Amino acid sequence: MPTYLLIIIAVVAILVLWLVAVFNSLVTLRNRVHEAWSDIEVQLKRRYDLIPNLVNAVKGYTKHEEGVFTKVTEARANAMKSQTPAEHAKSENMLTDALKSLFAVAENYPQLQASQNFLSLQNDLTDAEDKIQAARRFYNGQVRDLNTKLQVFPNNFVAGSFGFKKEAFFDAEDEKINQTPEVKF
Amino acid sequence: MYNQITSNKRKSLVLITLFVVILLALGWAFGIYVEDVYVGLALAAVISVIMTLVGYFRGDKVALAVAGAKKIERRDNETLYRLVENLAIAQGMKVTPTIYLIDDPSPNAFAAGRKPEKSVIAVTTGLLATLEKVELEGVLAHELGHIKNLDIRYMTLVVVLVGTIILISDILTRTFIFGGRGKRENGGGGAILIVGLALAILSPLIAELIKLAVSRQREYLADATAAMTTRHPEGLASALEKIAKMDLPLRRANHATAHLYLANPFDPHVTKKKFETIFSTHPPIEDRIARLRDM
Repeated sequence: MPTYLLIIIAVVAILVLWLVAVFNSLVTLRNRVHEAWSDIEVQLKRRYDLIPNLVNAVKGYTKHEEGVFTKVTEARANAMKSQTPAEHAKSENMLTDALKSLFAVAENYPQLQASQNFLSLQNDLTDAEDKIQAARRFYNGQVRDLNTKLQVFPNNFVAGSFGFKKEAFFDAEDEKINQTPEVKF
Repeated sequence: MYNQITSNKRKSLVLITLFVVILLALGWAFGIYVEDVYVGLALAAVISVIMTLVGYFRGDKVALAVAGAKKIERRDNETLYRLVENLAIAQGMKVTPTIYLIDDPSPNAFAAGRKPEKSVIAVTTGLLATLEKVELEGVLAHELGHIKNLDIRYMTLVVVLVGTIILISDILTRTFIFGGRGKRENGGGGAILIVGLALAILSPLIAELIKLAVSRQREYLADATAAMTTRHPEGLASALEKIAKMDLPLRRANHATAHLYLANPFDPHVTKKKFETIFSTHPPIEDRIARLRDM
């Protein structure tokens, strides 16, 4: 076999191996993003489950505050319908606002503030929100890894032809996800 | 991060191999001493298999027992439990580590276990009493970093394997020195006995060096992981600062488990002399604080 043929075979083989490696790592990263998203959904559901109890607890002590309750219930239903990270980010923010007004109302009722049930629900809700934040951080980290891998040269050619797409960050207003502390060793 | 995991798996295997080799060498020396090499080798093989299994499956229990740690439930300390739980979620871990409490005024903590799903975190009562919430969060994130990077597998194996080598060499050195006189006249293996003695003396030194070489880089890495998960390097930095300022050694500090801890349990500060810096399981705490503040 002539030498140039061997060289061509070697180059093709290396190219194929490289393609396989890039493809596999992209699949792994994409699966990690999807897994991280389902972790967020678990935490979001925890919060949805707490809200009816909270509304009932507040209802027991207050009068003429129907407007707030409907707002919370609607925001919850709306959030539960959301599908994509972008939709969720928007509807979750609305839900958070609605809950804020619920707690604002609750402040006017000292008896409610002293209720053990209400306090423990409030505590659980804070915890659920902390957990959503935590899951979101992990998710955004995974998305960042995937997106970087997709965009760098020459991976971007492979990614495009195999139909890999950039995934969306789960944004919240209070935190800038791009502000990762720089790590040096 | 994922490379670190692979590297830790590989290093754990290398460690086990090294452990078996050193133990077989010691067994061989012992075999020559009792004038039956096979007895020595067989004994070494049995001990190395048993201790490897113990190190892998029960290493965390050994470390906890040495520290005198007690398991706590969610209701015992809800805040601590939630902090760990949330940090585990932020690291994408499926299972929250089991939490243990060490009754000791010295602020310190460690993590152990063979895999993230079966990991433990132990904190001292002194740590809970000394630190603010953000500082505690930084410390816990550091420990979770060790768990996620799979440092815990290697570090837990080291506890048992290095401990075993040190113990056996110690016994052998004594045997060779104090029991060797009568044998030498009829055996004539004086030269071999000296080799055996050298081996027995050197192996704990090698074992100690294995421990030192690996654990310092790990501390920096876990500090970096903590900074990334909490997005607040200052939390851990100020926790370390408090620990350095108190400089209170752990009451039940033990050389076999020292490398597991957040700060050196014998000398939390680790500064003073050049000599101590070289032979400490931990990097100087000021250096760690400076790196965290630099992020």
